[in-house]
Amino acid sequence: MAFVVQRPKLNLAEKLYLPAVLGGLLLTIRHFFKGAAGRNVTMQYPEVKWDDHLPEWYRGAPTLVADEWGRERCVSCQLCEFICPPRAITITPEEIPNSDPWAKVEKRPKEFEIDMIRCIYCGLCEEVCPEQAIYLRKDYSITGYTRAEMKHDKAKLYELGGVKAGVVNKWNEKK
Amino acid sequence: MSLFLFWVFAAMMLAFGAGVVLLRNPVSSAMCLVMSFLGLASLFFTLDAYFIGIIQILVYAGAVMVLFLFIIMLLDLKAERARKFNIPAMAGGIAVLAGFVGILYKVLASNAEYLHAKPAFTVPFTSDVKAVGAALFTQFNLPFQIIGVLLLVATIGVVVLSKKELK
Amino acid sequence: MDISSFLFQPSVFLIWTSLVKTLFILFGAILPLVSLAVFAERKVSAFIQDRVGPNRVGAPTSLVGFKKDYSLWGLGQMVADPIKLLLKENFIPKSVNKFYYYIAPKLTMIPPLLVLAVIPFGSSFLGVPMVIANVDIGILFVFAVSSLGVYGIVLAGWASNSKYPFLGGIRSSSQMISYELALGLSVVPIFLICGTLNLSQIVDWQVKNGWLIAPFAVGGGSLSLVQRVLLWIPMVISFVIFLVSMFAETNRTPFDLPEAEQELIGGYHTEYSSMGFALFFLGEYAAMIAGSGVIVTLFFGGWSLPFIPDGSSHWLFGLTNIPDWLPGVVWGFVNINVFFAKVSLFIFFFIWVRWTVPRFRYDQLMKLGWIYFFEIALANIFLAALVLVYIK
Ligand code: SF4
Ligand code: SF4
Repeated sequence: MAFVVQRPKLNLAEKLYLPAVLGGLLLTIRHFFKGAAGRNVTMQYPEVKWDDHLPEWYRGAPTLVADEWGRERCVSCQLCEFICPPRAITITPEEIPNSDPWAKVEKRPKEFEIDMIRCIYCGLCEEVCPEQAIYLRKDYSITGYTRAEMKHDKAKLYELGGVKAGVVNKWNEKK
Repeated sequence: MSLFLFWVFAAMMLAFGAGVVLLRNPVSSAMCLVMSFLGLASLFFTLDAYFIGIIQILVYAGAVMVLFLFIIMLLDLKAERARKFNIPAMAGGIAVLAGFVGILYKVLASNAEYLHAKPAFTVPFTSDVKAVGAALFTQFNLPFQIIGVLLLVATIGVVVLSKKELK
Repeated sequence: MDISSFLFQPSVFLIWTSLVKTLFILFGAILPLVSLAVFAERKVSAFIQDRVGPNRVGAPTSLVGFKKDYSLWGLGQMVADPIKLLLKENFIPKSVNKFYYYIAPKLTMIPPLLVLAVIPFGSSFLGVPMVIANVDIGILFVFAVSSLGVYGIVLAGWASNSKYPFLGGIRSSSQMISYELALGLSVVPIFLICGTLNLSQIVDWQVKNGWLIAPFAVGGGSLSLVQRVLLWIPMVISFVIFLVSMFAETNRTPFDLPEAEQELIGGYHTEYSSMGFALFFLGEYAAMIAGSGVIVTLFFGGWSLPFIPDGSSHWLFGLTNIPDWLPGVVWGFVNINVFFAKVSLFIFFFIWVRWTVPRFRYDQLMKLGWIYFFEIALANIFLAALVLVYIK
């Protein structure tokens, strides 16, 4: 069905535009003086930060975490590597030697690399990980001067992630 | 000084005038015409006829040629490729040119008075704007009025044509 | 013949004073004003939108051993912006028409600079009138030269050989045709009233009779109050039409259709980078300054301010034991500053309007120019003539 938009009838003052333009000018000049007096809402970023207000679920840089006993939680299943949309993750798995107390876990990452130039902070790696080993933390200011610097290796990832206690623990002495 | 300027601007006018005809790109031709108008206006300036000169720029270079350029751009004319010599056309052109120069020569030679520059035109006004106005409204009032009516008719015609739905 | 008597020969004197004035206008006024205007544009727009705008680039004093850098409210941006533009790669697309692509930016920049030649930017300074070319056809020269500015835009649009610039060029030419007319007609009442086209004389008239936007001079003038009110009516109409047409002429919002970022990317300068783009930028802002100068000269009394004497005055607060030339220098200097202060106010107004009024649609613009402004300006001429007949 055709739908006819009724144009409002304008009176003379509206047709002349000028009153509306003047009204607009008054409005903007008020904002101008407000801004010139320094009452604007901009935060001066590097000096003032919003960090305290970041929500719990904030998706910052992906990191690897260790559990309370110092075991790296990642078992190198490579699910995250496969799901990562921009293919930012590269994992080199290795077998855990029998001498290791956690030998029954069987696998761990030898090298775990996230290319932070590629990562889009989507959080799918965290979502997919069966071991709750990878988490997006609150670091958002990831910068570097070279491409190599922007590749987070395993050490860097654990440094950023730290220890995450209190999550489901699949691997203890009894299991 | 002013003689030197005359030669400079006359040369500029003629060179760009030739450019209008010789260049193959329509936009270049139009721009040459603009430059030639500017040269003409400068010639008026050297004669102290500032008003005429500036009107020349305002009307021809500033308005008419902009419309020209507008149309040329809309028509999207491609640059013409240089054509081969067309002997009859060339001969015809040269004949016309020679005829024109001949007539010019005849006229100029017919009276010794034409061989010398006229004495400077003196007007009883300090400003040439006033002089033009006075000439238009006293000496040439009738032609001026007639032109005014002509222009008015043309304007009304345009308004009527653009308003009426053509059936 | 020694050097000073050579310098004071009339024709030589004219040449070198004109040169000095030209250099002053170019490097002392236009270039600083342009970069200031660009900075003001960013700052004012930020304030209007409740932001802070550029506030970092300032004096890098820590480089020369100080403890701290001073940001100076971001004023360093005035220098940083041009440097950024100059250092960029001057990228030239492959299929442009090289010749016109090169000259188009220059063509947009030259006319506004030429316009400034006839605008009196001060009264007089040591007896030298503060206008580069005091020609009788003043305002016609302004219109003629500024109408040439459109060639740069049209040629840029055509030579870029790409569709958005082309549309920008087309829009520009048709916009200019429709506004030039209203612009020219709207100032005819001024000539009727002042009886001259010469901008300096128009300013002199305003010094005696009051600014044309409100011709109520205190004291001077030979007109009665009723006559002044009658004169005022056509002047206000003229002013509104002239102002709005000026916005169209200088391609400023709400009539910036040739560059309309949202529709045409950047319009005619889409394909330009680095210096070419900088020249367009410079041209646009110089046109804004020239336009403001014309408005100030025609309607706001040029360099004059009530109760401020001009450069030929011999009065300096009643002081007696001062050299004879001192009052002239002081007031000449004040007059120049008054002029540029008024121009700056108008530039602020241009910016203010840009961040207030949304862009007009194309048909609205044409309608406004051809149907309303043209007719009103025409009627206004008759109105002014009638008023003058009544007065005289
Ligand atoms: S957050 Fe997304 S993009 Fe980044 S590493 Fe994880 S899966 Fe890949
Ligand atoms: S981080 Fe999680 S998903 Fe990725 S390899 Fe390790 S255990 Fe598997």
